[in-house]
Amino acid sequence: MPTITYIEHDGTAHTVEVAEGFSVMEGAINNTVPGIDADCGGACACATCHVYVDPAWQHLTGTQSEAEASMISFANAVEPNSRLSCQIKVTAELDGLVVRMPAGQH
Amino acid sequence: MNDVPIDLLAQADELAATTKLDKIDVSQPSLYQDDTWRPWFARLRAEAPIHYCPDSRFGAFWSVTKYKDIMAVDTNHKVFSSDSQLGGITIRDAPMSFRRPSFISMDPPLHDDQRRAVSPIVAPSNLVNLEKLIRERSAKILDTLPIGEEFNWVEKVSIELTTQMLATLFDFPFEDRHLLTYWSDIATADLLSGKVSSEEERNEILQQCVKYMRTLSKQRENGPPRFDLLSMMARDPSTRDMDDRMFLGNCILLIVGGNDTTRNSISGGLLALNKYPEQYDKLRANHALIETMVPEIVRWQTPLAHMRRTALEDFDLNGNRIKKGDKVVMWYISGNRDEEMIENADDFIIDRPRPRQHLSFGFGIHRCVGNRLAEMQLKILWEEILARFPAINVVGPVKRVFSNFVHGIEEVPVIIPSRH
Repeated sequence: MPTITYIEHDGTAHTVEVAEGFSVMEGAINNTVPGIDADCGGACACATCHVYVDPAWQHLTGTQSEAEASMISFANAVEPNSRLSCQIKVTAELDGLVVRMPAGQH
Repeated sequence: MNDVPIDLLAQADELAATTKLDKIDVSQPSLYQDDTWRPWFARLRAEAPIHYCPDSRFGAFWSVTKYKDIMAVDTNHKVFSSDSQLGGITIRDAPMSFRRPSFISMDPPLHDDQRRAVSPIVAPSNLVNLEKLIRERSAKILDTLPIGEEFNWVEKVSIELTTQMLATLFDFPFEDRHLLTYWSDIATADLLSGKVSSEEERNEILQQCVKYMRTLSKQRENGPPRFDLLSMMARDPSTRDMDDRMFLGNCILLIVGGNDTTRNSISGGLLALNKYPEQYDKLRANHALIETMVPEIVRWQTPLAHMRRTALEDFDLNGNRIKKGDKVVMWYISGNRDEEMIENADDFIIDRPRPRQHLSFGFGIHRCVGNRLAEMQLKILWEEILARFPAINVVGPVKRVFSNFVHGIEEVPVIIPSRH
């Protein structure tokens, strides 16, 4: 099963196994990793699962859809590697993925 | 305790079950004032989840009553417009001359720029700065409450705390802060509520708001940067040159957004804990449940009953042919009771596994910008309440607002028997 490392804003790292087919957001929620709120439950409608994808992995996580870009534009502390983690599907090639969380979800 | 007369509830059940579907009109403000809205929406969700009401005080309108359908409309801003000139975000159509654009009643791209102009004030980094202030104020308000004596919780706690917060966000003269509550109430009042009797009268009162806010805004255009809503709007390119109508629209949006909603969640939360005493016991036994109780309060109360959109094109919504120009009302208050998405949805349960999955803040680009501030205010208030009082008892009938938009509470008579 692919492993994903979620790093909280204070630097605390959580490495968990996430089955293929789940989203990176679901991987956090199902493993009670703090720092991702996911208010809308994965509908790309709230921007509270905001993460920063480690630059080494950006080419494998795809790019923001139009709806995702629109929601992210209202989030706080947006960076070029910002993504909504509900929009990243876990695949075998994402084994080892590293994402970081912002100070707070908004 | 049950605060609504039993016969009124029984009558509503009977009427809601027997009225012909095309005669059902959930826009009647009395349903919310009497707290008899539940059976009407339960019927619509079961039999006509997307329902057309051909005739009401507010004209013809579609009702969207199920969680997923509301989500579909809310996230489709390209078809379902919020534009004030088409009628904006409430079921009530203001006369053309009083339609005031604001970033909630606007579509992209101007919406996006104006929202971004003010959103940093409620971003996580600034909430940290506000936390101490909110705690001090909550403590001060709670410490002055009478013990063993009946008082109105709405007036002494809900209004006081939210108005103080709003004054801070606007950096509004503290001694005049009651004006914010007043303008907020006037802006949203139903014309049959007795608060205002015509759109002209409403407009006249709100012109005082323009005048007052413009004076403050002018003083803040220049000089060292300040971090308050008026200064942010006065300096951002997307908001600094607004005409009076748009300036008022945005002021009212920010006032109502920061005022009615949190106020009614503070009142509703206390009411809910009194209606569900076993939940109050659970909370007293484990204060950490405040974390999941807060979003449950916001769901259970649903401080804004609906948001309205106008269709920009013909659209098929689950087999219902919505026509260009139709008024589409998303009843958040109903979606938040949708059993398909929320188990035992009518009940107040403070330890739900996914408490933030509710519609009260809306979803999509217009999602409530102050949602985390609202949650923080409620969280701090309840921490301070539990630290002080073993119980707060609702002791008499609750008075609710005559409105289909602001799902509000005017009076909650309470007695606090003792302090810890």
